[in-house]
Amino acid sequence: MTEEEIGLIEAEEHPLDGYLRKGRIPHIWCPGCSLGSVTTVIIEAIKESGIDPKNISVISGIGCTGRTAGYLNFDSFHTTHGRAIPFAIGLGLTDPNRKIIIISGDGDLASIGGNHLIHAARRNADITVICVNNFQYGMTGGQVGPTSYKGQVQTTAPYGNMEEPFNLPELVKSCGATYVARWTALDVRRVKESFVEAINHKGFSFVEVLGSCPTTYGRRNQLREGIAILENFKERAVIEHGIDTEKVAISKEGPIIVGKFVDIHDKPTLTDNMLSIQRMSTASKDKGA
Amino acid sequence: MSDNKENTPMVNTGEYFTSGNLAVAEGSLAAGCKFFGGYPITPSSEVAEHMSIKLPQIKGHFVQFEDEIASIASILGASWGGWKSMTATSGPGYSLMLENIGLGIMTETPCVIVNVQRGGPSTGLPTLVGQQDIQQARWGSHGDYEIIALSPNSVQECFDLAIAAFNLAEEYRVPVTILMDETIGHMSEKLVIPDKEEIEIVNRKKPTDEAKDHLPYKADEDLIPPMAVAGEGYNVITTGLTHDERGYPVLDADTQKVLITRLLDKIRKNKDKIIKLEEYMLDDAEFVIISFGISSRAAKGAVNLARKKGLKAGYLRLITIWPFPDEKIAQLSEKVKAIFITEINSGQVTREVQRAVEGKSKVHGLFKLGGAIHTPTEIVEEIERRIK
Repeated sequence: MTEEEIGLIEAEEHPLDGYLRKGRIPHIWCPGCSLGSVTTVIIEAIKESGIDPKNISVISGIGCTGRTAGYLNFDSFHTTHGRAIPFAIGLGLTDPNRKIIIISGDGDLASIGGNHLIHAARRNADITVICVNNFQYGMTGGQVGPTSYKGQVQTTAPYGNMEEPFNLPELVKSCGATYVARWTALDVRRVKESFVEAINHKGFSFVEVLGSCPTTYGRRNQLREGIAILENFKERAVIEHGIDTEKVAISKEGPIIVGKFVDIHDKPTLTDNMLSIQRMSTASKDKGA
Repeated sequence: MSDNKENTPMVNTGEYFTSGNLAVAEGSLAAGCKFFGGYPITPSSEVAEHMSIKLPQIKGHFVQFEDEIASIASILGASWGGWKSMTATSGPGYSLMLENIGLGIMTETPCVIVNVQRGGPSTGLPTLVGQQDIQQARWGSHGDYEIIALSPNSVQECFDLAIAAFNLAEEYRVPVTILMDETIGHMSEKLVIPDKEEIEIVNRKKPTDEAKDHLPYKADEDLIPPMAVAGEGYNVITTGLTHDERGYPVLDADTQKVLITRLLDKIRKNKDKIIKLEEYMLDDAEFVIISFGISSRAAKGAVNLARKKGLKAGYLRLITIWPFPDEKIAQLSEKVKAIFITEINSGQVTREVQRAVEGKSKVHGLFKLGGAIHTPTEIVEEIERRIK
């Protein structure tokens, strides 16, 4: 559609006004990037979760996805590369009513921040981790990453990536995550449902969103437009709720398994354990320890 | 948990015979610390162990993280939750923390880092004394910044300076490092913990304006912005990127200049208030020994020994290492014949003294390279040899 056909829409207010920081739009993201729609979905999910916005903190690391926290009009923290999770754990433990949402990319969370990711899952920390996976490092110009599939061409894998990628749902599940889901950025409705579930989940919740990055991923891998990446997801995505996460690895071709893989409710969380320690310590102090 | 928002100090009033590591932990509790994120490392681990016992008793949290990077990140997060927070480590761990100490500087986050120094570089001498992180504490993180670092030389001072460190962190909104050393951390002496009422506590300034008008990085006249924390309705914003008064990233030279100048000046212009020194027999001194930490104990002994031998020696101890007391040392250099520095490194404070003195007096560094402490006798012998 041309601009004339659409007609210029003028509105005093945007439905997301108040949830985005005034004066921060336009954002830095490229045309065809899915981060704009993911951000919209995050806001919609927070609204739907029913949580008082005052009790929500959003935390990001570094990278394109890492810019998300700074656009959102909640308590928002743009931290260092890979360190959103431990920053968020410290912040979250100061108030059990605080809902902690981490939004960051695959390189940030699974490579430089990988140690924190697995330990947060092991502790069943009370945090929601939204990982937008664009299969490489976008902001720095398209270098190969820990989620790049075999054969993927990137600026630092000019002959094609030779290494096995992380299967992120399997990684976090095996470490103890109690909510794990994956969707493509095309599935905005399902993404939102998962975000709402994850945000209301007690313990470590992880949602992987497969995103589109035409600028530094697509154009080197025969998917030049954002829409081509989404079309590719649409053709390959297969919903398999509850499937063993061992079977959801992503390769260059073949099905991309999406769905809700893990949803466990009876495991004590980090906060539960910390509050138990407080009770034990007070009892032991009363005995004179 | 609304009763858990306050930083309630735990003051265990009494007299104790205890170590520097336990004293620095007790001082932190007395200052109102409620969160400790740490990773085990010799010779600092007793600080973490003590906090793991005490913090849950006051509804605080101790978390042993997966590494030092997570530890420092967690205490920044806890500070933005409104809790006074700290970590403790030694040289190798401090190296890992440096990037996020920079985040703390850029986001003006109050917190305290205890560095119980050991011999380095690398794994070095894990169980033996060193004072080799003096410059690491000053310049280790990238970029231009001013920092506050304190150096206790007794068990009592570990307690006292822990309180001072939290107060300075809160007042100036900056990470504060306590540069201890293995000997100070592990030796036992008398510690007196006073009554709660006798301990002065400083808390960060809070904003008084409406959230809708609030500019989170607009400083008052003292160059320090009031600090809202998460959950107070101000929609806190932090970024390590260069930012304006709104906290929004603005990546240009003008914004950088305004922000970095303020971050430097909030420390530089308050140097006189921040810097604490101990002076001993300086009035008629011809030879001055400058020292800090455990080295200063031998240095003071050396002054007494030198005086007995008829040498007019005096002593200046750096309780505050950073910011550096340039003016005081420059003044001294005009009236003394020579300045000696005893330190357990190859000249990290000596370089600073040389810079401050600007050639106005002779400067001699007396160095140990780690693993051993100077003796008063060898200091005096070295002074005698050099002034011949």
